[in-house]
Amino acid sequence: MIEIKNLHKSYQMGKNSLHVLKGINFSVEEGELVAIMGSSGSGKSTLLNILGMLDELDEGSYTLDGVPIKNLNETKAAQYRNKFLGFIFQSFNLINYKTAAENVALPLYYQRVGRKERQEKALKYLEQVGLKEWATHLPSELSGGQKQRVAIARAMAAEPKVLLADEPTGALDSKTSYEVMDLIQKINDQGNTILLVTHEEDIAHMCKRIVHLKDGVIVEDKKVDQVRAEQYV
Amino acid sequence: MKFIFDRNTWQEIFGSISKNKTRTIITIVGVLWGIFIYIALSGAAKGMDNGFEKVFESVSMNSMFVWGQSTSMPYEGFKTGRPMQLKLSDVTTLENRIPEIQNIAPRITLGNFGSDPVFTVRGQKSGSYPVNGDYPVYTRIATKKIFDGGRFINDEDIAQARKVCVIGERNLQELFEKDEDPIGQFIRIGDVYFQVVGVHKLSQGVSFDNDNAIFIPFTTFRKLYNTGENVDYFCIAAYDDVDVVQVEKDVKSLLRNIHRVNPEDERAFGSFNLGEMFTKVSGFAKGMTFLSLVVGIATILAGVIGIGNILLISVKERTKELGVRRALGATPKEVRSQIILESVFLTMIAGVMGIILGAGVLSIINSLTKDLDFPYTNPTVPIPYVLGALLIMVVLGTLIGLIPAQRAVSIKPIDALREE
Repeated sequence: MIEIKNLHKSYQMGKNSLHVLKGINFSVEEGELVAIMGSSGSGKSTLLNILGMLDELDEGSYTLDGVPIKNLNETKAAQYRNKFLGFIFQSFNLINYKTAAENVALPLYYQRVGRKERQEKALKYLEQVGLKEWATHLPSELSGGQKQRVAIARAMAAEPKVLLADEPTGALDSKTSYEVMDLIQKINDQGNTILLVTHEEDIAHMCKRIVHLKDGVIVEDKKVDQVRAEQYV
Repeated sequence: MKFIFDRNTWQEIFGSISKNKTRTIITIVGVLWGIFIYIALSGAAKGMDNGFEKVFESVSMNSMFVWGQSTSMPYEGFKTGRPMQLKLSDVTTLENRIPEIQNIAPRITLGNFGSDPVFTVRGQKSGSYPVNGDYPVYTRIATKKIFDGGRFINDEDIAQARKVCVIGERNLQELFEKDEDPIGQFIRIGDVYFQVVGVHKLSQGVSFDNDNAIFIPFTTFRKLYNTGENVDYFCIAAYDDVDVVQVEKDVKSLLRNIHRVNPEDERAFGSFNLGEMFTKVSGFAKGMTFLSLVVGIATILAGVIGIGNILLISVKERTKELGVRRALGATPKEVRSQIILESVFLTMIAGVMGIILGAGVLSIINSLTKDLDFPYTNPTVPIPYVLGALLIMVVLGTLIGLIPAQRAVSIKPIDALREE
């Protein structure tokens, strides 16, 4: 599903160049649940941004679902993001003047899906994350865990090939974190490919594979026995 | 282009502006105020224009008066200070020699220019009024509204020097009982009895006569007062497409010629040019219209710039939202169009509201000034002006929307998302 070869990325910080990713080789199969771990500054968020086509790579190649991702202009990148990827952010990034259902329906709007179908789908995915009754509520009326579940429903709504989650539990307490992880595991059980950046060990062990990044290179890439989050909920 | 007519686009834009109410209202007020000022001002200016038009409606616009004064230069053996007397024969000469002249009405008067008004009696009532000896052609230069049942002096009156008169509204009030029909009645003007044939109504606006002026046939006047060929002044109307200022010069120069006055002597004949007067007044009204147009458009401009400003700030505020939208698959073009359409939509709403409000205020002003003695009639804004203003707003709204729109897409989605 994802194929990365010899990926390099550096940032220009004034006169100094900061080499963040120093040759990453990495691939993800369909249906995997991968945790990308590392301390801050290890380059994990940069890697996720490149995977999410929010950032460009300097060197190397990136293939997503057989499509080579390179030299994208903004328009093309936006179309690919819409088609291939679903984003889950640490700070939820819901649009605060739209209701839960409208937030979930937003990626479908950019897919040119009709209004009626958008609403139906939004409700369907809200139901999946257990928030159907909250459909007409604004994000400000939801708790952190609920917001993240709305964000997950939104990421799912476009039916992407890969879900990218940047510290999805970073702003949540452990109980809600486990609820969110439970949801992510269930989505993964349905066969969705999910990449998840985290620096929490317990969250990482709820995935099926852990990739350790340190100073811009992969130091460890192992399959783990998945800890089900259900038991903590 | 399809994007603009897509219902979904508008739902998205409507959602965005209806859910940010404070922002929307503040934005709208700026342009609304602008277009309101524009409509109210240019409507008021137009009302004044119409008002002046109405004031001048009862007289021929390009008309003039000329009268004799006294010479200020010696000429052909004549001394300085020789009084000038217009003669009835001048009429034919003027008409023949100056083809631009449409009508000439010679007039001789008592009670104007320092002479004593004439003592007039009817039964127990009396008064002193100015008396004019006129020709029927006078009504072609200054319309005389005559009350029902009456008439002005006609050619037969002139030919037979009849003792008939047309009286003013005030004469009617002062000499007759209320509800009395004056037509056919006799009044004594000076020592002679005249039959009243009509009552003239004082016209609103510019008038050459008072409401107490009595008109009698020129020929009767000259017989009674033994004035011979003498004329006090000429009312001259030029054709519509003629420059009446030039006619004024020609008339005076011809009169100097006839009466053997130094061609350089500007003081021998006095004149008053209504056309010039009218041009000045209508020029003033046009100036007002232009001023209101400039002020209005400047205000609209300020309002639209205000919209741009607020949108720019809101783009900054919405950086994250726009980043999210782009992460979710909004192309830069979609983001840009959304911002621009928001701008145009807000401008249009504000514009239409401003137009309605302005029209309302104009109609209130109209109803308030209806009965006032003030040159102000029917304040309207021509439709092309309104459409023009709307067009300007749409164009400016688009242009001004471009700035925040460009800013919105120039931020990379990654940076937008990172911004906390």
